[in-house]
Amino acid sequence: MTSPAPARPAASARPTVPAASARPAASAPPAGPWLLGVRHHGPGSARAVLAALAAARPAAVLIEGPPEGDALLPLAADPAMRPPVALLAHAVDDPGRASFWPMAAFSPEWVALRWALDHGVPVRFIDLPAAHSLAIEAPAPGAGEAPRAEEGEPSGERAEDEVTPAVDPIRVLAETAGYDDPERWWEDVVEHRSPGGGTGTGGTTGTDSGTGTGDGSGATGAAGGDGGTGAGDEYDPGAALAPFAALAEAMGALREAYGDGDRPRDAVREAYMRIQLRTVRKEFGDAVAVVCGAWHVPALAARTTLAADRALLKGLPKVKAELTWVPWTHRRLARHSGYGAGIDAPGWYGHLFDVPDRPIERWMTKVAGLLRAEDRSVSTAHVIEAVRLAETLAALRGRPLAGLGETTDAVRAVMCEGSDVPLALVQDRLIVGESLGEVPDSAPAVPLQRDLTRTQRTLRLKPEAAERGLGLDLRKDTDAARSRLLHRLRLLDVRWGEPVEGRSGTGTFRESWRLSWQPELSVRVAEAGMWGTTVLTAATAKAESLAREAAALAGITALAERCLLAGLPDALPAVMRALADRAAVDADVGHLADALPALARALRYGDVRSTDTAALAEVAAGLAERICVGLPPACTGLDADGAEALRRQVEAVHGAIGLLDSGPARAEGLRDRWDAVLHKLAARDTVAGVIRGRAARLLLDEGRLAEDEAARLMGLALSPGTPPADAAAWIEGFAGGASGGGMLLVHDERLLTLVDAWLAGIPADRFTDVLPLLRRTFSAYEPAVRRTLGELVRRGPAAGAARGDAGRSVGGFGPGLDRGRADAVEPVLRLLLGRPPEPAGAAG
Amino acid sequence: MTVPATTPTTPATPGAATAPAAANTPPAPGAATGAARAPGAGAEALRPHAEDAFADELAALAAADDRPRPARWRLSPWAVATYLQGGVLPDGTVITPKYVGPRRLVEVAVTTLATDRALLLLGVPGTAKTWVSEHLAAAVSGDSTLLVQGTAGTPEEAVRYGWNYAQLLAHGPSRDALVPSPLMRAMSEGMTARVEELTRIPADVQDALITILSEKTLPVPELGQEVQAVRGFNLIATANDRDRGVNELSSALRRRFNTVVLPLPATAQDEVDIVSRRVDQIGRSLDLPVAQEGPAEIRRVVTVFRELREGMTTDGRTKLKSPSGTLSTAEAISVVTNGLALAAHFGDGVLRPDDVAAGILGAVVRDPGTDRVAWQEYLETVVRERDGWKDFYRACREVSA
Repeated sequence: MTSPAPARPAASARPTVPAASARPAASAPPAGPWLLGVRHHGPGSARAVLAALAAARPAAVLIEGPPEGDALLPLAADPAMRPPVALLAHAVDDPGRASFWPMAAFSPEWVALRWALDHGVPVRFIDLPAAHSLAIEAPAPGAGEAPRAEEGEPSGERAEDEVTPAVDPIRVLAETAGYDDPERWWEDVVEHRSPGGGTGTGGTTGTDSGTGTGDGSGATGAAGGDGGTGAGDEYDPGAALAPFAALAEAMGALREAYGDGDRPRDAVREAYMRIQLRTVRKEFGDAVAVVCGAWHVPALAARTTLAADRALLKGLPKVKAELTWVPWTHRRLARHSGYGAGIDAPGWYGHLFDVPDRPIERWMTKVAGLLRAEDRSVSTAHVIEAVRLAETLAALRGRPLAGLGETTDAVRAVMCEGSDVPLALVQDRLIVGESLGEVPDSAPAVPLQRDLTRTQRTLRLKPEAAERGLGLDLRKDTDAARSRLLHRLRLLDVRWGEPVEGRSGTGTFRESWRLSWQPELSVRVAEAGMWGTTVLTAATAKAESLAREAAALAGITALAERCLLAGLPDALPAVMRALADRAAVDADVGHLADALPALARALRYGDVRSTDTAALAEVAAGLAERICVGLPPACTGLDADGAEALRRQVEAVHGAIGLLDSGPARAEGLRDRWDAVLHKLAARDTVAGVIRGRAARLLLDEGRLAEDEAARLMGLALSPGTPPADAAAWIEGFAGGASGGGMLLVHDERLLTLVDAWLAGIPADRFTDVLPLLRRTFSAYEPAVRRTLGELVRRGPAAGAARGDAGRSVGGFGPGLDRGRADAVEPVLRLLLGRPPEPAGAAG
Repeated sequence: MTVPATTPTTPATPGAATAPAAANTPPAPGAATGAARAPGAGAEALRPHAEDAFADELAALAAADDRPRPARWRLSPWAVATYLQGGVLPDGTVITPKYVGPRRLVEVAVTTLATDRALLLLGVPGTAKTWVSEHLAAAVSGDSTLLVQGTAGTPEEAVRYGWNYAQLLAHGPSRDALVPSPLMRAMSEGMTARVEELTRIPADVQDALITILSEKTLPVPELGQEVQAVRGFNLIATANDRDRGVNELSSALRRRFNTVVLPLPATAQDEVDIVSRRVDQIGRSLDLPVAQEGPAEIRRVVTVFRELREGMTTDGRTKLKSPSGTLSTAEAISVVTNGLALAAHFGDGVLRPDDVAAGILGAVVRDPGTDRVAWQEYLETVVRERDGWKDFYRACREVSA
């Protein structure tokens, strides 16, 4: 049984494309300049550009991008340069003001750049200089955020909303062509031109997005173009350029309808580009190719006067700007999606651009390879079926060739058994991809280095190779700033300083560091340059990224502490969010209990360093809530070691809840719920003895046990029916260790009597079993306490009982007040409490 | 208990496993009676087959369809997709949507049938698997009755062939003594066969499918013959997600299928609509009085189910632990119906939080260990803080205590 016949032939239909497919008769190329409108990061555009350049052989290539970058262009030919990379422009005196022009191997700008460098053709950037665009950005409110939004890993999502252009030219064109989804139209018309063939088919569209500063995913393409097919020469020049002519026409119509698309700053940029174009034409004649966003093509072709353009440029603000190349990642290309030129499938586009032929077959093979590497059984038969399904789907949907949507559907149905889990892997590793770019060492220093140098100078902290110690007193402003800098650098993996245990011990305002500047740290700084342009923003972005990737709960709380130490309040929300999410799905109360104390501590740091900790408090309260719910069931069925670990955690949580309760943002009712949990623990038989005892003790210390309740609980725990080992564990929990349990027994004689009676009642053969436990409990007491206890026991229970009966006031303390002794202590107490001496007698 | 669960009766049970789609579909007569045991083929069909109930639409589509059709298909793949998803034909005929869900899924399903791979529909109970498979078969082959109902007792004869023993004894083995299975008929006639609840079929019987699906042939060694499938033959199987492990498909069999997972309703509003409609239908058939304030309470139940199922609150701000239960739309329907019955017979006729709280607890806490913690956490971290949910919180606290 084979597949029904008609389905497949349909799939093989080659793209039939609307306007642009009209292939003009072979002819000489139309007279230049050739305006090659592209879509940034469009592999189809890149192919078309390559073909057009090869056909037209221009005398010069102009690319939309900041002209200050001209000096950096030769670096693109450096073998050490590997896309994706980005051209980074930043204001010299304010590295925080920066913008990026990212480009991948399949970016048309990059392809054009490489073609020009390979053929020895002059190449220039012609967009508005970064000096202006950075300056224009600056005064606008919120402009500071725009660049940051792009550097910061996490803020990418925010950037989407901010830069969505008012008019999406592709959408308009797609709707005109009868498509409901602009991306699909784009794929069908442009990106799916089969490699090496059918160059004449695609109309290249593109929104221009490289609006200078604010919107980072701008124009320039750089480096690495090993992907280009370079097969352009065989094409008829007229045919190679025709798509661009068609596209220009379409864009012209659009701009007539929509004007500047509500992006007034474009007018200035386009004026500048026109002036540049004029200059270049004077120098090289008309044989000039311009690679720019398709949106700009009509404006560049428009006939205006030089004077009018100059007038538009008059009085533009200016800052001193510097440019450099920084490495980029596919992931960050994807992050600009939603914005005209952004792409959400850089890996897929890269694949389309790289493969010589049969893109779907090759893609499916890649997917199969990935899934196999992850131990899923995917056979060759799967690949065959997936390809067939994708092609048949495309036919059913009336598309010329299977696109990302069809291939993804096919992968899901055939290779992933309908599950989205392995599909997420494919999305992550292949569709987006993990490609990381490289720039040669000769690229100018990144602004981060500049910012670091400046900060080092301000803080008088010289980078020296020799190792030396540094003690910081955080109460001093300079020292606090130094501490923050070192902590931030540590977050960025620039390990200039390592914290060491200070000699001064536990003082929270002291920090000791060991500093040593190794030459490779400069490389680290350069690598960290992709996170941001200042130490602060870079560390913030890195912290947010770490928060998203962290797997274990404890790791995130530690990260929260580091954020506070490094003074990164902006990173806290992301960290807290990650923390809350992990806490919600973590089924192990132990992990939660480990996380809470650190959080409570962090809350206190926050107090000390006056950071806003509202979010922190909220998360901490949520965590405490979950612990309250999950703790009782977790305390049953434990072995001795597990119980001991959990006892420590119960104690830590108790302390943390105390901190939360006394803190500025107290969670309502949390204390009461925790008390209820402790009561439950103390009363439940199935809970391990050591935890039961500890819970009873904590309640007693807090004064939350009703009169005589402690004695009742102890009586229950030590009653003859209980196995001695259990009882001993209870005692250890209740009175053990350094928690002052000995003093309690000294003072509450009823409890001591109970313990004593129980001890005396243990059968001889069982006594040796519990002896180690008891020894562990009682040997931890201080010698004085032990001695007192021994004396009390020797005196015998009768004496204690007799005394205990006489008008005991609180919890087993002695009867009445020993006035003579009290008077002796009183002055010191008053001094400690800061109260004036009261008139004699009032104290009685 | 009136949960519409997929029922092991032949032929396909009305309403069962079709809750999402049924709500958007003019139900066939009798479809509203819920998942009660439908009698087999009776004298008067309680519920006609899809190809009969929607004969007009199929005819109109066939008339309007000018696209290439695979061999022995009644419609082109495009027309089949339209039949399932609904639309308006050039001549003005309105095609009602049979399945409301992502178009992508329907396209993958139809496309799979056009290749030589079989189609496996997966999903939790109540996601319209059976419904979709019936309509696909009706649209592709014009016959949805070539059905094998999978149960733990499904014999190999149901997949291959059986014998008419009277004939066999009287005349010896011959083609006349052979009783073909639905699959065998589908193979020889180039039709679409259906297998319900594939994972409930014992593994050795499942294995019989492998040869049929890969070699497209069914040997009859007793006669020294074989039945070869002709073009147009394909197979749609349905299986319950939660039944994995009952009789897990072998990877050899699995490889013969393209899998489409049918999802639960995408939005809360869809689900509220489905639940209200079904509750209304069931309520009427059980003669329950119409409860007041129903919609608000239904919305709440649906919200609780969705949030726990997805492991996240609807505002997307808090993550939650997901309990082990299915928490399907079908269960939400049963919780609300139970609540209505409680309110009508023991309460004042108004559906209140107390009436649904116990039902929700029962649906959520399937595994007393982990589920109870998840539920308590949900109560304390989400329900307690939510505006207007105080009474619900109190009711839940009462029943959980």
